[in-house]
Amino acid sequence: MSDNKTKPADPGPLNRRRFVQGLASVTCGTAGIVRAASLPATTGQLEPNGALVSLVVAPMSVNVTGRSRIASAANGSVPGPCLRLRQGDVLTARVTNRLAEATSIHWHGIRLPSDQDGVPGLSFRGIAPGATFSYQFPITQSGTYWYHGHSGMQEQTGLYGPLILVPRDPEPYRYDRDYVVMLSDWTDEDPMAVLSNLKQQSDYYDYQRRTLGTFLSDADRLGLRTAVADRRMWDMMRMNPTDLMDVTGATYTFLLNGQPPAANWTALFNEGEKVRLRFINAASMTTFDVRIPGLSMTVVAADGADIEPIEVEEFRMGAAETYDVIVQPRDDSAYTIFAQSFDRSGYARATLATHAGAVAAVPALDPRPLRTMADMGMQKTAAMPAMDMSNMDLSHMNMADMAAMAPMPATVAAPNADGVDPARMRGLPSVDHVATQPLNRLAEAGTGLDGNGRRVLRYSDLRSLEPNAENQPVARDLEFRLTGNMERFVWGFDGKKFSEAGPIRLRLCERVRFVLVNDTMMEHPIHLHGFLFALENGQQGSLPIKHTINVKPNERLSFLFTADTPGNWAFHCHLMLHMDAGMFRTVVVA
Amino acid sequence: MSRCTRAAAPWLAGLAAFAGLCGACKAQSTPNDVGSAAPFGSPVDDQSTLFHAELDQFEERFGSGDSGLRWDGEAWVGTDDNRLWLKSEGYASDGQTREGQDEALYDRPLTTFFDLQAGIRYDLDSYAGRGWGAIGFEGLAPYDLKISVTAYASDAGHYALKLSGAYELLLTQRLILEPQLELNGYTRADGPMQIGSGWSQLDTGLRVRYEIQRKFAPYVGVVHSRSTATAGISQDQWRVTAGIRLWY
Repeated sequence: MSDNKTKPADPGPLNRRRFVQGLASVTCGTAGIVRAASLPATTGQLEPNGALVSLVVAPMSVNVTGRSRIASAANGSVPGPCLRLRQGDVLTARVTNRLAEATSIHWHGIRLPSDQDGVPGLSFRGIAPGATFSYQFPITQSGTYWYHGHSGMQEQTGLYGPLILVPRDPEPYRYDRDYVVMLSDWTDEDPMAVLSNLKQQSDYYDYQRRTLGTFLSDADRLGLRTAVADRRMWDMMRMNPTDLMDVTGATYTFLLNGQPPAANWTALFNEGEKVRLRFINAASMTTFDVRIPGLSMTVVAADGADIEPIEVEEFRMGAAETYDVIVQPRDDSAYTIFAQSFDRSGYARATLATHAGAVAAVPALDPRPLRTMADMGMQKTAAMPAMDMSNMDLSHMNMADMAAMAPMPATVAAPNADGVDPARMRGLPSVDHVATQPLNRLAEAGTGLDGNGRRVLRYSDLRSLEPNAENQPVARDLEFRLTGNMERFVWGFDGKKFSEAGPIRLRLCERVRFVLVNDTMMEHPIHLHGFLFALENGQQGSLPIKHTINVKPNERLSFLFTADTPGNWAFHCHLMLHMDAGMFRTVVVA
Repeated sequence: MSRCTRAAAPWLAGLAAFAGLCGACKAQSTPNDVGSAAPFGSPVDDQSTLFHAELDQFEERFGSGDSGLRWDGEAWVGTDDNRLWLKSEGYASDGQTREGQDEALYDRPLTTFFDLQAGIRYDLDSYAGRGWGAIGFEGLAPYDLKISVTAYASDAGHYALKLSGAYELLLTQRLILEPQLELNGYTRADGPMQIGSGWSQLDTGLRVRYEIQRKFAPYVGVVHSRSTATAGISQDQWRVTAGIRLWY
């Protein structure tokens, strides 16, 4: 961790010479969980050229909670080393597997040939125990990305790290310090046991369920009749309004650069400096809401791509998303980087300070939100506010937001990618709900955020800094329903698991619109490998370019991309257990 | 790398130029079935076989006339779509076992919330024993009622129906009140098994458990059982109980 306490060189004006210094000054918050004695102080720092990378994936004993567990670590640290390359470099990464099972490294959000994408089953066979695989591909883009294992449960057990691509051209923003803030989740349990527990009891990790106590409180506040009607409605549907995250702080410790909250990872700055924070959500199952009390954040990039700067106080990160923000503390006090889990069952935390050891107050967790009728697609009968003893003001705000929501402009109905009629999915064992009137929810910050009194980033705010290139017309629309059965813990697209469905075939070079309709009551961070897509968020001509989009319950959204790279590409929910349960498709471009 | 007209992003030029360099890495991976959803094997494990066992009742019942041990549990092994269920229940007191029911059922999801179960039941206790064919449904009814309905036909031409239901009421996150009911009906009296005809076996309880962990919850409760034997002798008891709910 000593790197983080070293003052990075001031990049100064962004000329070529300074650019290289700027590269060297990127301070990755790596090595949170390390075998201290076995690693040099330069953990995570690469050779200056950066383009030759050697990663050794091996079991490593870690101790996050007081109990010793085995992580799957790259180069003896969790997160793995921070890889810093220049746009235009050709990355050569030799990955050696010292685990007892096959491994893989996927370069998340990177455009590359499909046989370099690192998805076992699709790109290659995976890297067998004892084997070494050499990845080699040119880096054509720039920004904040990451890499992670795509085999078994290795992403949950620590196989992830930052991938920072420094642009060839000067960046359109200035900063004096550059830190990676990598968020993740850790469990002492075997991740396979976590999945198995959820199959047996879907609310296994939910210790924020509604109880007799919350019922009495609701009855007292809203009247017995209303409280009973609300309980009846949810029970009638056999849905749980407190089901926000499947896996919670009941088993997770939330990590920031590999460190639990108590370790208080600290990023240093000098008074008046601009600090760039590269947030990466490397969690397996956690959505984070991030803020720095006392500081506003200027978001300058989303998923690695520059956007028109926008000042916010808070932003939500679905799994696998990245956001770059610049902050400028005006005094020498300390600030808490606070990343609470969406369900408010815990948080990851760090400190931004002028000197090591400084601490700022850690805010209380926000009240746990509830699912609303809007999430269930019952907005027309939404006479019932979301109710919770601690949540009343929020509920009313949600109501206002719900009233303001406009249905998505009418589009030609997109043919279903699997030829499935959504109406006929109703009642299937794999489907517990079908959205009949999905909404455009891109202008909502999301459950628990809208109306919280803070300026929260919304997808509709994102505007690409670089105008969208002139593109060929969209050849066709393909609709995917995001489906699942919470009670059975079964997830898929169009009511089908991966093993029950064939690939999605695209013609090489055709431009397509993927339409996603979320029939479930959970957010799904949907990730498309190999392509960057333009999110149709209304910012015509400057649609933001992303690799992962967190789709809200009862939401319909769409994105565009050109299938310009042949091969087999993964398309999946980035909640690892949803993916493993079947929410995964192959997109074949040929 | 082919270049797509009008969509030629700058990165493509880089990739195209690189294509010649990348002979080595390409040689390392040759799909044997390009175009299928997973030419090199499944990228996810959505057909994994899981196992769980749950002992809902494992309790001592205390009564002035009759005290004994009651158990009611189940286990399953299989995938999302195909499972083998084993169920066992019974009551042991004074060295005798009665109301023993053991079932082996094939289970398949039928609807969003209900599974179809079919298989065999054997009544294994201190009486003569009896074999049955079984078919039924188990799942979650509206209002979060956990229910199962199973019909049986015996080797001796008897028919039977078992209804069971339970509901969980959270007093706190870990303190859970659970009313439960099981009702067995028989078309004919069964002398060797000491079972009368009609709704001759009722077993219902109100238990409050504390989930120290999800999988380990001691409980106390009140149970009411009524059974009618062949001779028309009816036993109707209210008893207190204490036990442990366990699952793996």
